[in-house]
Amino acid sequence: MKYLTWTDEAALEVVREHAEKPGPMLLTLQALQERFGYVETSLLPSIAKELNVSRAEVHGVLTYYSDFRTTPPASRQIHLCVAEACQALGVRDVVKELAAAGYEVGERSKDGATDVVGVYCLGNCALGPAALVDGNLCGRVSAKSLVAQVTS
Amino acid sequence: MTIVYVPGDSAARSIGADEVAALIAAHAAKAGIDIELRRNGSRGALWLETLVEVDNGDGRFAYGPVTPADVDSLFANNFLDAGEHPLSLGKTESIEWLATQDRVTFTRVGIIEPLSLSQYEAHGGLAGLRTALTHPDVVGEVLASGLRGRGGAGFPAGIKWRTVLEAAGDQKYVVCNADEGDSGTFADRMLMEGDPFTLIEGMAIAGIAVGATYGYIYIRSEYPSAIETMNKAIEVGRLAGVLGKSVLGSDKSFDLEVRAGAGSYVCGEETAMLESLEGKRGMVRPKPPLPAISGLFGKPTVINNVLTLASVPAIMKDGSKSYQDRGIDRSRGTQVFQLAGNIARGGIVETGFGISLSEMITRFGGGTLTGHPVKAVQVGGPLGAYLSADQLDVALDYESLAEAGAMLGHGGIVVFDQSVNMLQQARFAMEFCAAESCGKCTPCRIGAVRGVEVIDRIIAGEEREKNLELLNDLCDLMTEGSLCAMGGLTPLPVRSALVHFPLEEVAK
Ligand SMILES: Cc1cc2nc3c(=O)[nH]c(=O)nc-3n(C[C@H](O)[C@H](O)[C@H](O)COP(=O)(O)O)c2cc1C
Ligand code: SF4
Ligand code: FES
Repeated sequence: MKYLTWTDEAALEVVREHAEKPGPMLLTLQALQERFGYVETSLLPSIAKELNVSRAEVHGVLTYYSDFRTTPPASRQIHLCVAEACQALGVRDVVKELAAAGYEVGERSKDGATDVVGVYCLGNCALGPAALVDGNLCGRVSAKSLVAQVTS
Repeated sequence: MTIVYVPGDSAARSIGADEVAALIAAHAAKAGIDIELRRNGSRGALWLETLVEVDNGDGRFAYGPVTPADVDSLFANNFLDAGEHPLSLGKTESIEWLATQDRVTFTRVGIIEPLSLSQYEAHGGLAGLRTALTHPDVVGEVLASGLRGRGGAGFPAGIKWRTVLEAAGDQKYVVCNADEGDSGTFADRMLMEGDPFTLIEGMAIAGIAVGATYGYIYIRSEYPSAIETMNKAIEVGRLAGVLGKSVLGSDKSFDLEVRAGAGSYVCGEETAMLESLEGKRGMVRPKPPLPAISGLFGKPTVINNVLTLASVPAIMKDGSKSYQDRGIDRSRGTQVFQLAGNIARGGIVETGFGISLSEMITRFGGGTLTGHPVKAVQVGGPLGAYLSADQLDVALDYESLAEAGAMLGHGGIVVFDQSVNMLQQARFAMEFCAAESCGKCTPCRIGAVRGVEVIDRIIAGEEREKNLELLNDLCDLMTEGSLCAMGGLTPLPVRSALVHFPLEEVAK
């Protein structure tokens, strides 16, 4: 995933592209994250102004949804499913093994190159444990296979 | 020309379908054999993925599960001429696991290329929409079919539609709930990836039925492939005149767009979804008003699950009676069950309501993947009950499950073997509720956090009796005092995990 470097001017352009849509706030923040990988909080007052809402409202939406980041992402992303069907196939052990290998779920890896995020279900519950690696769905994963993928 | 099918569904791709497809294409090219490689949806037999099919005029022959390492030997054994191979499954249509299902909603999934409108039509697509365009009473037809909402609550679709039809409004909307947050469920995803036009057709029929001209499909962000496929299909539909100002040349107008979620489970709750579609935090709205009267942007709105809407084209095409004839009692039609977790033969099982859970797990599921005995089965997602091995005779329909203290939810069935620790599962249910609560009401927001703490004390063996009692009170409070089913149903998995499994065993 390649992101553009954040500049306020470029970001405001994205905001203006979406401002006319009905119910634009969530869409706008999603578009910013898609373009730049995260949403810079210093821009919140300007976003609020463009969308004609209060700053608190933008902040509220940004912090409500777990997808949003306010700092740049690591270069690789693991979204590991930690929900029930994957628990039934041992994902609790995968979580422990990942931690032992320097990939604590919920944090950036020790080598700084990978964000490891725990999520609830990826719709691959018959082929678990499941994960998204850089957005690509993987089935029957293990700690070993995940680490191998992000270090290859 | 020989047609080779390799599923492009993301579950199949998650275990190597893309590599298999690329190797087959490369091998054929090198050998100078002309093949047409098609990326169909998945047949839903996920235990057979990657399921490769070959058709050279004599029907489709299946091989599976094919790994990249098998491709050379498939060619060596002449699979392009349906040659024998250790992975041969014979004709696809005679694979027992598939042949004994009753595919209605999933009738085309895995058969056609998802974005081919011509294949869609050749397999019965658009017939329902054509009927609806001239039908005097579409709502009546859907009502007569007995179709109930497949998203969880099981509310009759026809009644909801009638309310929207009769509501006054200059603008009405159709919203498709494709948030599919329940763990153990993937049918919405597979339908959107494998047969997106069925959902588009179902939404267009809903629009025509109630007088809505615009629709939104709210798809969770965890489903990037479904979002991509739906967006492409909408584009194809517009170009072909299925969507737009004049639906199939009629005087009816209908268009729609995809909106992505942002990682919130509670946005699957219909009023939270409306808030989210309006761009706000996904907080649950108190009811009334019903979304059918005052929904998206305050307008009358039909909100239905993907499977509910995707069942409508078949109902309009074949008539309500054909649908109504399937199922039992007040659970009419077919249900798309999803076999998941520790299961040998997981995937999509669409069949009439009323099949028993044990038959589902044994006959279709083939028992656990690990080969150990079943210990617990969670039906209906994270808010659904855990059933123990001696409760598996229950019939899978709305009422029988309710009698057993369980619920069907979105039809997910998650199987656990003996290695499961039920106290940990109870804890997880509370943890999940605490993480995903929208925060609007105290019993859910605070109750779930307290629930985790209390269960942690029970796990640690601190004053077990007293803490179990406390947990029980907490569950009562959440059940009675929560605004929506998130807080209201979390006690279901918690209690069932403790009630059906003795504590000594639970706390091992
Ligand atoms: C916490 C919570 C989560 C829900 N998640 C979903 C979901 O992911 N998909 C869905 O279709 N319905 C979900 N529902 C049910 C919806 O509120 C609603 O009943 C459904 O969209 C109506 O469509 P149907 O009648 O076709 O089932 C959820 C409900 C609650 C309380
Ligand atoms: S029960 Fe939970 S999710 Fe539902 S409205 Fe209350 S706080 Fe929100
Ligand atoms: S529960 Fe893990 S993918 Fe669904």
